[in-house]
Amino acid sequence: MPRRKGAPEVNAGSMADIAFLLLIFFLVTTTIETDAGLDRMLPPIEPPEEDVIIRQKNIFTVNINKNGQLLVEDELMNLKNLRSAAIGFLENNADGSCTYCKGKKDPGSSDNPTKAIISLKNDRETKYSTYITVQNELVGAYNDLRNREAQRLYQRDFTDMESEYLNPETPSSVRDELKDKVKRIQDMFPQKLSEADTSTN
Amino acid sequence: MAKFTKKKEGDLPAVSTASLPDIVFMLLFFFMTVTTMKDSSLLVENTLPNATEIKKLEKKDRVIYIFVGKPTQEYQKVFGSEPRIQLNDKFANVDEVGSYILAERAKKPQELQNVLTTALKVDKNANMGLITDIKQELRKVNALKVNYTTYEGDAFNNLQ
Repeated sequence: MPRRKGAPEVNAGSMADIAFLLLIFFLVTTTIETDAGLDRMLPPIEPPEEDVIIRQKNIFTVNINKNGQLLVEDELMNLKNLRSAAIGFLENNADGSCTYCKGKKDPGSSDNPTKAIISLKNDRETKYSTYITVQNELVGAYNDLRNREAQRLYQRDFTDMESEYLNPETPSSVRDELKDKVKRIQDMFPQKLSEADTSTN
Repeated sequence: MAKFTKKKEGDLPAVSTASLPDIVFMLLFFFMTVTTMKDSSLLVENTLPNATEIKKLEKKDRVIYIFVGKPTQEYQKVFGSEPRIQLNDKFANVDEVGSYILAERAKKPQELQNVLTTALKVDKNANMGLITDIKQELRKVNALKVNYTTYEGDAFNNLQ
């Protein structure tokens, strides 16, 4: 009986073609997602039990009209100046209780950062892009202040610390350490950005 | 007598393509892993605005998407050119947003139901009126965590 040959070798020459085919399919269907954006919390629909009395000077009102113009504290303002105005309001520190603020201590403006509230109102016909720009500037004002304090205390940016803290790939030992730092900076400048109901007129 | 000339010694040897499949497979696996299949096709125009102070939306399974924008060319005849809401694969009215959120929330595992984020993918040319209505609906169903999805870029580019 003739000796049987081993199994014939499979020709792998077309493997590259098959792999290319698959590769091209995935290349075409790929969309590397760029999902990022401004995180916001909406106010709960039930009004709070007791009415909290907030003094007018602790509220920083920003109104956007349908043409995209800004009315800040009853004065027309250019969007480019909004961030610095918001920073000035937040760290004004009229009652002197905030030791890390560098504000002007103007008695007609906010008492301290924990009491300062920014109220954003918009018209129904305001363009979404304008609204996002304003939101971005206001969030930016908070982030600027928080970054400044984080640099002073921990020699790194708050936004950097926060994104590392929120990143699920960060090891939990690092995260626990960051948690207190992030919390501390957040408490220094709590983000109080109220989105009131839109004016209808 | 005709005779083929012998190959010269100095000729370049053919490049071996034996490792080509390996290279291609490597690329293939890269694209396979980064691919995310689109689960709904866009019926609306969706050019997002720019912003700088953005946070990444981690963990896709905790996100519910709402698209808003002008219907694309082919749907404009039927649905007009005013911005509309798109939920999953169809156009919807404002009053359907609440039930959609509740339905999507019910689909998620129990432990995620309280940590869901609603991503609002809104075209930059939409008006705030519609967005305000959506926000109101979201408040009604207690979906308070929202993310205004944007591109990264200078926010002042939005104004042009």
